[in-house]
Amino acid sequence: MFAQPSAGPASVSELFSTYQLGEAYDEMFEAGGAPRLHCGGLIQVLAATSAPELVQYQSEADRAFLTQGITFTVYGDDQGTERIIPYDLLPRIITRSEWEPVERGLKQRLTAINLFLKDVYHGGRIFSAGVVPRELTQSCRHYRREMRGVSVQRDIYVSIAGTDLIRLQDGRFVVLEDNLRVPSGVSYMLADREVTKRVLPALFDRYNVSPIAHYGQALLATLRALAPHRPDPTIVVLTPGVGNSAYFEHAFLAREMGVALVEGRDLLVHDDIVYMRTTSGLRRVDVIYRRVDDDFLDPLAFRADSQLGVAGLLNAYRAGHVSLANAIGTGIADDKAMYAYVPAIIRYYLGEEPILDNVETYLCGEPASRQHVLENLDKLVVKAVGESGGYGMLIGPHSTAAEREQFRGKILADPRNFIAQPTLSLSQSPCFINQKVEPRHVDLRPYVLYGEEVTVVPGGLTRVALRKGSLVVNSSQGGGSKDTWVLQD
Amino acid sequence: MLLSRVADALYWISRYLERAEHSSRVIDIRLDLGLDRIDNEDGWDFDRLYAGLRLTSPVESPQSPSALVDTLIFDLVNPESVASSVTAARENARQVREEISADMWEQLNSLYLRLRQAQADGVWSARPHYVLRMVIEGVHLFQGITDATMGHGEGWQYLQVGRFLERASSTAALLDLYFRDHTETGGAELGHKNRREWVGLLRSCCALEAYSRCYTADLRRERIAEFLLLNPESPRSVRFASAQVESSIRSIAQLTGRSTGERAERIAGRLHATLDYGQVDEILSDDPHHYVDGIVRYCSQIHQALYQTYIAYPIEAALPS
Repeated sequence: MFAQPSAGPASVSELFSTYQLGEAYDEMFEAGGAPRLHCGGLIQVLAATSAPELVQYQSEADRAFLTQGITFTVYGDDQGTERIIPYDLLPRIITRSEWEPVERGLKQRLTAINLFLKDVYHGGRIFSAGVVPRELTQSCRHYRREMRGVSVQRDIYVSIAGTDLIRLQDGRFVVLEDNLRVPSGVSYMLADREVTKRVLPALFDRYNVSPIAHYGQALLATLRALAPHRPDPTIVVLTPGVGNSAYFEHAFLAREMGVALVEGRDLLVHDDIVYMRTTSGLRRVDVIYRRVDDDFLDPLAFRADSQLGVAGLLNAYRAGHVSLANAIGTGIADDKAMYAYVPAIIRYYLGEEPILDNVETYLCGEPASRQHVLENLDKLVVKAVGESGGYGMLIGPHSTAAEREQFRGKILADPRNFIAQPTLSLSQSPCFINQKVEPRHVDLRPYVLYGEEVTVVPGGLTRVALRKGSLVVNSSQGGGSKDTWVLQD
Repeated sequence: MLLSRVADALYWISRYLERAEHSSRVIDIRLDLGLDRIDNEDGWDFDRLYAGLRLTSPVESPQSPSALVDTLIFDLVNPESVASSVTAARENARQVREEISADMWEQLNSLYLRLRQAQADGVWSARPHYVLRMVIEGVHLFQGITDATMGHGEGWQYLQVGRFLERASSTAALLDLYFRDHTETGGAELGHKNRREWVGLLRSCCALEAYSRCYTADLRRERIAEFLLLNPESPRSVRFASAQVESSIRSIAQLTGRSTGERAERIAGRLHATLDYGQVDEILSDDPHHYVDGIVRYCSQIHQALYQTYIAYPIEAALPS
């Protein structure tokens, strides 16, 4: 059922007839138009496959996502409909030598960020040393004063990170954003791999792809490492519930790890101990991989109107009777303004130069930068500091004069809340679209775990901006994804 | 170890699916029998169908088979429709996906998607048999996949309890309708219409062939009652279902370290014993309506006791002292 005799393979030139190279780095072709060495196998397989076959593979893949219920819920859509994240058939291929510095850079970054978080909540040496301005914490809405002086297991605040990388014109990977609160998408990474192996087994076999299927075990080992000292700790995944857009992922990860998926109403706190309600009575809980934001975790400590959390959880946590992954208050470190200081943070705690660079960033809180941003609104991307998911953004070159005026007002009213970056040309990767192979912009979100040690799953989630020319890869805004291969040789 | 909320959801998955399957079969048989009626006796008699399924009688009875199909099979606004039951089962499964096998979820999800597609196709109201078979087969497949891919532990036992409690009470309710309607004395030859109806009853319980093998095709009221209530082997008999309920509840008690003789276990045992030692001539000569009514009441008591002990227990009682 794999390679069926076809009506005659489409010629490669026909398949690529609308493929254009532009300013952006192309993942398949060199600037002169010659295919990159590691893409030869992919092109050969495409040459041997007819367009109708590719269409059939695509529909097999789509069906697999739909029946497995690998869907997300779109907010702001009253139907509450579940949609599949569009999956692109063609894998993105990253060589060993390209990946190696990325991996080292991610480990370095997460190590430094954890040292920073410990410092932030225990005195703040880095502020006294003048490396990071102290007022940045005071004005960040993700700073949690409740965490001051609280020790967390192994001093690990962020044990699960999903760092967004993009590739600049020269092919270098740089960090666009650290996601240090409840990063999502890892289930799509795993599902994309499963489906690719199913629909394109022969192609997969041509390459020596680093496996990623052990993610569940690695996550479990990470969470175990965080357990307060009790034999055979009970670990759970805490979800906001079936209405949450990432619910599929929460259930998926619980199943992969073989632990219970709980909602706030399944848990209760008594004498600073967390229990879950089971058919055999109450059972003590030691580690919570929470997929609920800080604000909603404990109605007694944070938002009182939250029904998703557990009353008394913060106190149980502070008493050291339960571990949370990630810790409370990690959002201070992935704040878009703090981002600009991460290279300095790495130098300060580790005495090393950052392996992965940041994107050049202007903080509107600083008068000189603000002036520059206001004068160049048509060229820059402006982001609200506290927003995520591609909301609250101004993309200068694609904006109207009215939109720019609106952002000018917003920036002047609350400068601390905005940063700006040059318009980046995300790298482009070949995608199978309308029976043709066409380039689309992509980013990369590798997943980093920190338990006994820092580990990175090879590859990550490649998100694709499916609209031609678009730079927005978020799934809530029409983005798709593709399987990401890191080659072993 | 099982979360109470998860036990609750598992129980309802199979309860809803059993309901969808039972309703589909009863509707299918009713529409089939309707085609055999002589001289347009008394129309389609949908009221009887509603009564047999214990559904709320609609303000306006559907006048045609396709109107009936639209409301009882496809209508999601009607909480008692087959589509609503399948949707509710899927919704419960979606909330416990980490507890059931991936194959179970995919089967249930694909049943749901196919049913929605059938409605969207818009051509099945006039030829509902195929849609109803699809539901029945989809549920059978789900049960087979469940038995083959899920550990037969505590969670599986909740699926069993839900399915067989629903079956015991819906079979009993269906039988009750016939007891109330057909007051002929036992053993008498059944007239054409009654004969057709009793055949319909057996078919509605997947029992016509099994009955014939047991008693030949000679249909007698007391034998049919005996078969559907007291037969120890037919998986659709009330006695069989009650045995499954009792055994699953006993397993749950053991697996959760409860002392024996919890309320749910006692009532399930009593129901099972009543049927184990039941005599059909006594049941019929006494008050059959009262008898099956008692079975339905036992079923709802078992449900309540199960919830009080395992699912909605008061927290104060469970806290460590």
